[in-house]
This record gives sequence, structure tokens and C-alpha cells, in this order.
Amino acid sequence: MPVAVESNEKFAAYAHPERLVSTQWLAEAIASGATSNGSLVVVESDEDVLLYETGHIPGAVKIDWHTDLNDDVTRDYIDGAAFALLAAAKGISRDTTVVVYGDKSNWWAAYALWVFTLFGHEDVRLLDGGRDKWIAEGRELTTDATAVTPSAGYPVVERNDAPIRAYKEDVLAHFGKPLIDVRSTEEYTGERTHMPAYPQEGTLRGGHIPTAASIPWARAAADDGTYRTREELEALYLGEAGLVEGDDVVAYCRIGERSSHTWFALKYLLGFDTVRNYDGSWTEWGNAVRVPIAVGTERGEVPGKN
Amino acid sequence: MTTSQALPPTLAEIVNDFQELEERDRLTLLLEFSRSLPPLPERLTNHPELLERVLECQSPLFLTVESEKTENGEVVRLYFQAPPEAPTTRGFASVLFEGLDGLTAEEILAVPDDMPNQLGLTRAISPLRMRGMSAMLGRVKRKINSGLRPAA
Repeated sequence: MPVAVESNEKFAAYAHPERLVSTQWLAEAIASGATSNGSLVVVESDEDVLLYETGHIPGAVKIDWHTDLNDDVTRDYIDGAAFALLAAAKGISRDTTVVVYGDKSNWWAAYALWVFTLFGHEDVRLLDGGRDKWIAEGRELTTDATAVTPSAGYPVVERNDAPIRAYKEDVLAHFGKPLIDVRSTEEYTGERTHMPAYPQEGTLRGGHIPTAASIPWARAAADDGTYRTREELEALYLGEAGLVEGDDVVAYCRIGERSSHTWFALKYLLGFDTVRNYDGSWTEWGNAVRVPIAVGTERGEVPGKN
Repeated sequence: MTTSQALPPTLAEIVNDFQELEERDRLTLLLEFSRSLPPLPERLTNHPELLERVLECQSPLFLTVESEKTENGEVVRLYFQAPPEAPTTRGFASVLFEGLDGLTAEEILAVPDDMPNQLGLTRAISPLRMRGMSAMLGRVKRKINSGLRPAA
């Protein structure tokens, strides 16, 4: 049974306010027993695989982006059968309300939410501000292991990638329509091929996909890690990036995690119907044979049209 | 199958401790290691320029190595710093600290580069994250090779 949607002034301005919850809402939902009766499952998804164990929101379960959501053999996400097993083991049914939160302003939480959406899980929401805001507000954390009652079952639903996930071929076919590059400026221009102070993931070339607008992901977040207001997001994506209502948009970063954060903002906060996350991102594009790149601060031309 | 025969005794013991556990318990052990990483001595916290950042780690990790004269000759002292919100990185640092601190430069340089893989954590934490640990060991060796600074 889905849990009632939060309503507040900031969220009400967004296209899909039902996709966000505030820390206050979550604290009250937990206090009301929503996590103990199975209607709400809180999922923590972090960059660091052990961070959850150092203290998590009471009753939260952990889903790791590497070890739970990725397939061992194929460089791809898990399939419907594996997702059904994972969800059931975490106490999630098809009609469970899932709230995801995590570290680093919810990068991995947004990524997990995006993967849940690949499987069409209907009610999955993001905790605005994530783990850091919860902690900054002095809210309860626990190292107690969460006693999970597996759900009665989760149906095997095959992933439906097409609506929200772009493959390399889709990006090639997308030229002429807007692309958003959410990496740092240094990654965009080609000065460096990975995030400052992050591991080099072996990309041969630096630069960006031609015509992509540079809007680093963090600009969608306020200092406390919450999403900026609708007005601020519009200034960023409609104003600066030049998107117009109804655009078909592809966002990418290095491996698809930071761009999940932007995907969420475009899809649910600004209400673009067709937004796809290109999870192959620069790790694939910067190494791919026979694809064009652009270097420097200019967006570049549609390939073949100059 | 990997072997831990070539490792210094303390490190070999740590590797064995990991290998004897089930995969998920290995993560718990790594978490315990993350908690036991000693804080930096004050003289180093006041001199961040003496620490070097390991860029290959996902979370910020700083380390430095020093030489120390003891009754048994000159040994290497290791110092690591990583924030509490990076327990995996701290855990790796702590394994290296417990396994290598106080050994001679020759002993540390003789540790096989693939030692981190012997912990049996690759699947539990993912290959990408394992690279951080290998990078850490590589950095310790590189610093030793480039000449040790005597303890202040």
C-alpha cells in the first residue's frame, strides 16, 4: 500500500512532487510505523560500500550500486529475475513505497532510483538532501542490523531501458537534439578525463560529446545537498543550457551516476517527458572507436554538418 | 589460487584472517580495521604539506612514510589519514598499517603488488574499489623508493 505523498511549498512547484520526500517527512513516516508494516522501505545507496554499516537511518536497508545492481558478467544492470530476488530480499513488494537516500548529495541514491525505474517500480522517491542532511540535522542513526522480513514476492519484470536509458547508438542517433554533460568543467574541456581526485578509469581521450551543454551536476544542488527550487532549476536548464519545453534530452557523465542526479531533476522536477541517462557515458564514449568528440569550452557542431 | 607465503608474517596473518572468512564477514572485518586506524600524530596534522594524496582512491586518502632508527636498524613508519565517511578506504589503510608499519624498506618493497587481491574482497567490494587499495600499496612503495624522510 503506497504511503501518502508529501506536500509542501517547495515540492509543489515541481512537476512531480511525489518523487521527493524531506527529512522531516521521513522521520515522521518512520515514527508512524510505515517501515515496520512493510508499506515503506528505506534504501541507503552510497559510494562507499561500508558507509551504511557505520550508521544508517533506523530500519533502512542497503543496496550497493556495484555489487547489487550490476551484473557480474555482462557490463550491464541485473535482469528482471535478479532484481526480483534483490527486491524481495530487501522487503520490497511491487506496491511498496521506496525512499532512497545516500552520500555525496544522493549521486548513488539517484542512480539506484533510476535502476528501480528501469524495472518500472512505480513508487520510488528520493530523500531531498540525502544522508548528509539527515546527519546535519542531528537525526537518529543506528548501527543495529535491520531485521528485514522478505516480501511475499516481487514479480519478474524485464527491464524497460528505452524510455530512460540511452545506449551509445542512441546518442549517435540523437545528434541535433540537446545533450547535457554534467561533469566538471575540466572533464568537459578535456583537460582531464576523470573527476578531480578520483580514480582514472582508463579513458583514452578527454573532451565532450559534440553539441553537449556543460551544466555540472552540483549546480542543481543547494549547499545542504537538497535540489534547488524550480525557479533556480529553470534558470539553469532552460536559461543557460537552452532547453525548451518538450525537448528530448540525454544526460551523461563519466559512468552514469552524477547524470542520474541531473536526470532526476530534468525528469521529475522540471517535467521533461523524454529524458534519458547515457550510463555508458564518457568511460564508453571517450574510448569508443569511430565516434567524434569535441575539445575545449565550445559545445561543438553536429558531426557531419560542418 | 594465490599464496601468502611471500608476505611478512603480520601481513600474512591478516590475509589468512580474511581468507578464512565467508565473503560477507570479510566486509565486517574490513570495517573493524577501518575503526582501528590510528589518528595522525600532531606534528603531521599540523603539517599537511608532509602528506601526499593518493588520487587513485575514490575518497580522500593522505599518507606519508618516514624512516626511524631502532635497535634493530632502520625501519619504515607509515601514516595514513582518511575521513570517517570513507570506511572502505580507512579499512584498506589500516590493513597496510598493521601489516607493514615498522618493517624495513626491503621487507615492504618485497610485498607482492597483488597482495590486496589476496584478501578475497574483490567481489564483495567490486574491482573498481579494489584499485584504490592496490594504488595505496603502490604509493607506499614509490615513496620508499624515492627516499625516506627521517622522522621529525
